[in-house]
Amino acid sequence: MHMADALISPAVGGTMWVASAGLIGYCSKKIRTVFDDRRIPLMGVLGAFVFAAQMINFSIPGTGSSGHLGGGMLLAVLLGPHAAFLVISSVLVVQALFFADGGLLALGCNMFNLGFFPCFIAYPLVFRKIVGDKPTPVRLCIGCTAAAIIGLQLGAFGVVMETVFSDISELPFRTFALVMQPIHLAIGIVEGLVTASVVAFVWKARPEVLSAVSQSKPVGSYSIKRILIILLAVAALTGSMLSWFASSYPDGLEWAMFQTSGSEELEAPEHGIHASLASIQGSTAFLPDYGFASPESEAEEELPGQWPAIDAGTTVSGLIGGLLTLSIAVLTGYILRPRKVTP
Amino acid sequence: MADIGAHFIEIGLMDRLATKDTAIHRLDPRAKLLTTLVFVATVVSFGKYEVSALLSFFVYPIALIARGDIPARYILKKIILVAPFAILVGVFNPFLDREPLLTIGDWSIAGGWISLLSILVRFILTVGAALILLACTGINGVCLALEKLGVPRVFTAQLLFMYRYLFVIMEEGMRMVRAKRCRSFSKQDTGMKAFGHMLGHLLLRSLDRAQRIHSAMSCRGFDGHIPSMKQLRLTSGDVAFVAGWSGLFIIMRLYNISQLLGSFITEVIS
Repeated sequence: MHMADALISPAVGGTMWVASAGLIGYCSKKIRTVFDDRRIPLMGVLGAFVFAAQMINFSIPGTGSSGHLGGGMLLAVLLGPHAAFLVISSVLVVQALFFADGGLLALGCNMFNLGFFPCFIAYPLVFRKIVGDKPTPVRLCIGCTAAAIIGLQLGAFGVVMETVFSDISELPFRTFALVMQPIHLAIGIVEGLVTASVVAFVWKARPEVLSAVSQSKPVGSYSIKRILIILLAVAALTGSMLSWFASSYPDGLEWAMFQTSGSEELEAPEHGIHASLASIQGSTAFLPDYGFASPESEAEEELPGQWPAIDAGTTVSGLIGGLLTLSIAVLTGYILRPRKVTP
Repeated sequence: MADIGAHFIEIGLMDRLATKDTAIHRLDPRAKLLTTLVFVATVVSFGKYEVSALLSFFVYPIALIARGDIPARYILKKIILVAPFAILVGVFNPFLDREPLLTIGDWSIAGGWISLLSILVRFILTVGAALILLACTGINGVCLALEKLGVPRVFTAQLLFMYRYLFVIMEEGMRMVRAKRCRSFSKQDTGMKAFGHMLGHLLLRSLDRAQRIHSAMSCRGFDGHIPSMKQLRLTSGDVAFVAGWSGLFIIMRLYNISQLLGSFITEVIS
């Protein structure tokens, strides 16, 4: 689920770059405060391990297909969120440069989708909460699986939002999300079980590796509560703005087209307006609009009086989109904050 | 398995390419990194129906391939290897966007086809630029440039470590897979349990290796930073490289060179 440069707009790519760069700065700073130069080779070697682990496939029972480890969650469990984010980011840098997987501008998106969500959402809010202070094999297993699933769901949703906001692909939001989320649910379950089995093995063979991590309490080192409150507040604000954008304006446009031309889709334009139409098409393409989901749009046609349509789906998507955008904004705060350059 | 192994061995070729000594390789890594970023940013800033203007941007990768003595086929092969994702997301455009955008005689071409084409062109350009950057600079150069441009040292240091041990750990993993295959006769697929154990062992070996590396490096005075012998100095040539190319990209962004050329030629002919 690597985003590619070809599918994102500079605005989206740039924003995510800024967000991810801020995260790298923040994580590096965090790591320096508990400086231990043993960590650097450890991080590098574990990054290499993730690459190696991705070569080993296993068969998924009953499907005939095979899967491999993604590694984000495993790194978070072994290294803690800050170091794990840096390792995931550098794995992505190597993938972008050597394997052309992803791209340079898309690096920010990829770091955010594959690094931020597992390390800073799924790990502290799911894994930590389930495992608690005294890990047991069962708790570790449930925690890994649940966190991996949630991390991947959020990451997949990030891909959808970034694609949709970039507006290079014509895929409507709803279809794309409906394809991406279930696929990544399946991938997430597999990833979670694999992570759990590796963690269980390490727990049995060398428990001190894990206990070192479980004793340090990374959750306490930054105030999740504060971040969450800010996130929720701004997300509600942006979400409502976004959903206004998403539901009323283009629906209205659609409705207006219907009213004026008598058909949802305009006939092939042959005169000068077609350039402007192209841009209209562009701005509406991310909505579940005409050309897709015809039964619903027919239903809307019959009740033009209900415009602006209150669509629970778009409002929710707007809210989640706002959450995403705003988490980026909060993270940019870390960059604007004065910070010491490496001595 | 074999194909992944081959894929990785090809990285070695990337490293060998980076050791060449051409005018492009001698440029300051920062200059190449910045120029590549400007290139990618201008390429993706085009509207989604733009194809002709994008084509003029091929001049940059082609010039670098030529001057940097990089095998174009190798770069192309790598681009094609990763194309499926871009194609997968773009391939629905023709079905979803059927509004005719171009009419040539009786034929009309839907906007979706144009935007799909645009996605593919962007893909080749951006991915190509990243690969070429690496082939002319090498991972050490890129990391050095990143560090000089303000990326935290912790990040670049562990990135370098990761790259160095990539091959070692990879070979360790491949040995494990081979050993398992030799012992499992007809049952070739790995079940979840065996897989977990294999990965677990690989992980433990990696952890041990990290420990040994750290001990060895501590003996040699490692303090968390990998120093570089190479002194970076921006020469006027580097500045000219960045300014010249960036200026060209911006001009190509503002004026559709392909179209200007096309209309000029059609005028001359008629």
